[in-house]
Amino acid sequence: MTIVFYIAALVAVISTAMVITRLNAVHALLYMVVSLLSVAVIFFILGAAFVAALEVIVYAGAIMVLFVFVVMMLNLGPASAEQESRWLSPAGWIGPGILSAILIIELVYILFTNARQDILTQSVAPRQVGIALYGPYILGVELAAILLMAGIVGAYHLGRYKNVFLHRYLHKELQ
Amino acid sequence: MNEVVRAVIIALGILIVMMTIAASLIWVERRALALWQDRYGPNRVGPFGLAQVLADMVKIFFKEDWIPKFADRKVFVVAPTIIIMTVLMSFAIIPYTREITLVDLNIGLLFFLGMSSLGVYSVVLGGWASNNKYSLLGTLRAAAQMVSYEVFMGLSLMGIVMITGSFSLVDIVEAQRKVWFFIPQIIGFFIFTVAGIAETHRLPFDLPEAESELISGFHSEYSGMKFGMFFVGEYLGITLISGMIVTLFFGGWLGPAFLPPVVWFLLKTFVFILFFVLLRASLPRPRYDQLMSYGWKFLLPLSLLNLIVTGAVLLFMK
Repeated sequence: MTIVFYIAALVAVISTAMVITRLNAVHALLYMVVSLLSVAVIFFILGAAFVAALEVIVYAGAIMVLFVFVVMMLNLGPASAEQESRWLSPAGWIGPGILSAILIIELVYILFTNARQDILTQSVAPRQVGIALYGPYILGVELAAILLMAGIVGAYHLGRYKNVFLHRYLHKELQ
Repeated sequence: MNEVVRAVIIALGILIVMMTIAASLIWVERRALALWQDRYGPNRVGPFGLAQVLADMVKIFFKEDWIPKFADRKVFVVAPTIIIMTVLMSFAIIPYTREITLVDLNIGLLFFLGMSSLGVYSVVLGGWASNNKYSLLGTLRAAAQMVSYEVFMGLSLMGIVMITGSFSLVDIVEAQRKVWFFIPQIIGFFIFTVAGIAETHRLPFDLPEAESELISGFHSEYSGMKFGMFFVGEYLGITLISGMIVTLFFGGWLGPAFLPPVVWFLLKTFVFILFFVLLRASLPRPRYDQLMSYGWKFLLPLSLLNLIVTGAVLLFMK
């Protein structure tokens, strides 16, 4: 299982790096899907099968499909790839590079100072997740529900007016 | 080690049986459609025209496999494989009998939903990579349709999960020993079937590939075996949805003892496959806005109502 964990982690890291460096937006999104799937595998290995399933259904299966959907409609051509490649100039790497380096140093420091723990393989059944969500974490669930409700109301507000388009023949008939 | 060998044999068996069923469905569908429409269908090659499957396969393998110059090569090649992979992965969790069960996940049902939601990528990427307006239109339709109907598909199954108290498909089949779930969950069965047709984009919900308006939509540019993979993927999808309907609502392998359990499972599945073909033979295609409003304005409230009523009855029974 440890080997599977490291393979999934490696895939996640590589695919996430590819997300940042791809010039074509759809290719970047596909790597993002792969990254999410490998994170789902990691969740599964760590015993959180329910979270893994939700990661696939919600993130990889629904949210990313909508992302791809929108990017497809934008019809980005070679011009946008060129623009992306200009944004990826070496000068743009300095700031994020320094910040990431600090984070990596911190991560390595924590890894070496804390006692190493082996991967826990205690499985958490869906029932336990449900009991936890609707028990001690009920407030969080309710808050998330309110947030989603606000989103739905916002979307409804934006799409409230419907333009009526009539065929030119129908226009004549109505006049 | 013995366990591993057994699992590999079962997995290979499922793979071979499912691929054979999907391939022979080409013949079954054409023959059944023809009979329902008062024609003969393919009856020339071999006994009852059975060798038509072989002839079709030979033809599709030797066709020129052309990738358009304007297409996005890599994505174009990958797209048809996704549908086959996701559908075949879903077959792993179906309990064919108590013995022939590959994996009994405690999130089995969620695994099926996850795989079916990943299947959308096949159509979406295929249409996008073709770089063709008709394909793009078909893809937009497919994405919107499949993402919408996934919602009701998931919700319609939650009634079963509530009754069984488990996401595991083996537990769900075992819970149907007294009464099959299509009786207490008749609304869930109806919604799941409709969502299943939309998810496999079969007629009457095949708007993504409406040949009269979109020149077969997302797979306009595909030829040869790449088109064949979309085609076989669709038949595999039908088999999967039929198998899931049987597992979830019609007692899976359960049945009177005069036939072995696996035969019961296959028989029931075949009935639903024929039902899918009958739908194609008899129903016209709705308009796209009718499809969407039917989903969101009728099926969504209905599935929520089903959920509430099931929960209330379960609480009352306690």
